[in-house]
Amino acid sequence: MSAVVSPIREPLIEGGKTYHQITEDICSPTERTPSTAWVLAFIVAVSALAFYVFCVAWTIWVGIGSWNLNRTIGWGWDITNFVWWVGIGHAGTLISAILLLFRQKWRTGVNRAAEAMTIFAVMCAGQFPLIHMGRLWLGFFIFPYPNTRGPLWVNFNSPLLWDVFAISTYFTVSLLFWYTGLVPDFATIRDRAKGIRKTIYNFLSFGWTGSAKHWQRFESLSLVLAGLATPLVLSVHTIVSFDFATSVIPGWHTTIFPPYFVAGAIFSGFAMVQTLMVMTRKILKLEEYITLAHIESMNKVILVTGTIVGVAYLTELFIAWYSGYIYEQFAFYNRVMGPYYWSYIGMMSCNVLSPQIFWWKKLRRNIFVTFVMSIFVNIGMWFERFVIIATTLARDYLPSSWSYYTPTWVEVGLFIGTLGLFFTLYLIFARVAPVVAVAEVKAILKSAGDQYIEPNKKHYAEAAKEVETH
Amino acid sequence: MSRENKDVLYGLYDDEQDLLKAVDHANADHLEIMDVFTPFPVHGLDPKLGLAESRLHIAGFIYGAIGALTAFLFMTWVFTRDWPIIFGGKPYWSVPAFIPITFEVTVLMASVGMVVTFYTICGMAPGIVSPTLDDRITDDKFCIAFDVTGADDSVKSKMESFFAASGASEVNTKTI
Repeated sequence: MSAVVSPIREPLIEGGKTYHQITEDICSPTERTPSTAWVLAFIVAVSALAFYVFCVAWTIWVGIGSWNLNRTIGWGWDITNFVWWVGIGHAGTLISAILLLFRQKWRTGVNRAAEAMTIFAVMCAGQFPLIHMGRLWLGFFIFPYPNTRGPLWVNFNSPLLWDVFAISTYFTVSLLFWYTGLVPDFATIRDRAKGIRKTIYNFLSFGWTGSAKHWQRFESLSLVLAGLATPLVLSVHTIVSFDFATSVIPGWHTTIFPPYFVAGAIFSGFAMVQTLMVMTRKILKLEEYITLAHIESMNKVILVTGTIVGVAYLTELFIAWYSGYIYEQFAFYNRVMGPYYWSYIGMMSCNVLSPQIFWWKKLRRNIFVTFVMSIFVNIGMWFERFVIIATTLARDYLPSSWSYYTPTWVEVGLFIGTLGLFFTLYLIFARVAPVVAVAEVKAILKSAGDQYIEPNKKHYAEAAKEVETH
Repeated sequence: MSRENKDVLYGLYDDEQDLLKAVDHANADHLEIMDVFTPFPVHGLDPKLGLAESRLHIAGFIYGAIGALTAFLFMTWVFTRDWPIIFGGKPYWSVPAFIPITFEVTVLMASVGMVVTFYTICGMAPGIVSPTLDDRITDDKFCIAFDVTGADDSVKSKMESFFAASGASEVNTKTI
């Protein structure tokens, strides 16, 4: 018990757990028959997924004409949803990679579920550009492969192609990072299981033994992957913002986009993590592992990133005015006062004003407020992307081509359908895998468990005294 | 790959602090530890076991460098030799525009390469069944294992007395 803990730290594992209890609490949900709540949620999610399949089939059969895009507004709900989902996918890697590099112990309670969420969100995001191609079966044209047309290569100078590389790299690296973390925990389930489950979990755990040398390599791998994933996660949304920023459309052509998009992505990602965690900890009875301290930490991140996004919104308006460039000024006048003023109000109130309630500690630690706020932020961030895309396109250089856009039922169905895909995958994940990283939580028990933290704080006081006397 | 069966004498400890003390004890007794198995990474164990630092990160750097060169040189070849096209009045060899893809491929190659290397050198793959000494090693037991294949009884008894002295909660033998 040599850990030295600052007196302001709160316990991250409550209930005086032993190592065995940790295994028991986290692994047992995978060994029980699913609860009624799970079954009902799964039915709803799979129904939405089925509707998604129908809407995709409809889009491909009828063509993109089944959407309400027009000559002026070529991007609508599809790209809005794409950016929204990619943004949500940022929290997982931020929690697992950046917080690993910063040695934040509270990441262990939430990293596993957040990384799973990342992977599922990126899968949802990837759907939209593919469907938008119209001819889905030619989707492989986006990759630079030797072909019989010359070979005619893709345009490596296009941000849309950078996006292909960014999203596919992000998906692959997140998946590898997540799965490698899961392997020791699958081994824990394997060693508790019998019969067919043992065979399945043995397959999934790759024959993990827990040897000292393997753990050493495992930690080395985790650290380097975290070091690689950190710039990666920042690059992905930067590149997504380049889709807009490198164009010559007033309202998109701004240098503020990369940091503003990254902050927004972290903001919306943490909101989705909160939405899921508040439900998961309740249903799987993991309140002692995903504590109020975890919830509060995430609410602080939401407050900071929400405020950064707010500053970005105001900076945009200021720079538009300050530039003295009338097209820029007109674009931003339209963003606030134009035909889509209601989405600007939605964005501002959900993203900038409402998170300010998290300055109060009492509200940061309130589960109900957290849940409602997380939904608000999810809605607000969807509006943000819609504002950027639709308001900008609706009023272009030629007044004769000004237009207005509302989605058809197919576009709405595709969005709801990806929510179905997302929740179906998440619910399956919560059934078959430990939603909290078992080995990592055990590793912090001696320093952050509630029965150890008080003695550790005394240790800190002694150490401080020693420094004083010297 | 043919493998001889090993006779393993192993002791289980209830706490990582006991394990660390026991490893020191074993080193003092000049007992050769075959392996140590733990449910989570125990810090401070590697130097006691004399494990050299993993060189996995060096492999990662090499994979990353290969990725960076592959991506950058490939794009250079395509746009200056194979099929030069002018985009937006820019030079054929427009280096700044190659940076995002070069970066992504670097990260991709380094990550995939390292993960594949990790599983390969650890002898892990889907479907591999590694013999485990005890099911509780992935739960809450910390295990020190000795290879006693063909060892005589005096050696074994020395190890058993070591386990008793260092506070092992259980001592067993298993052929794996």
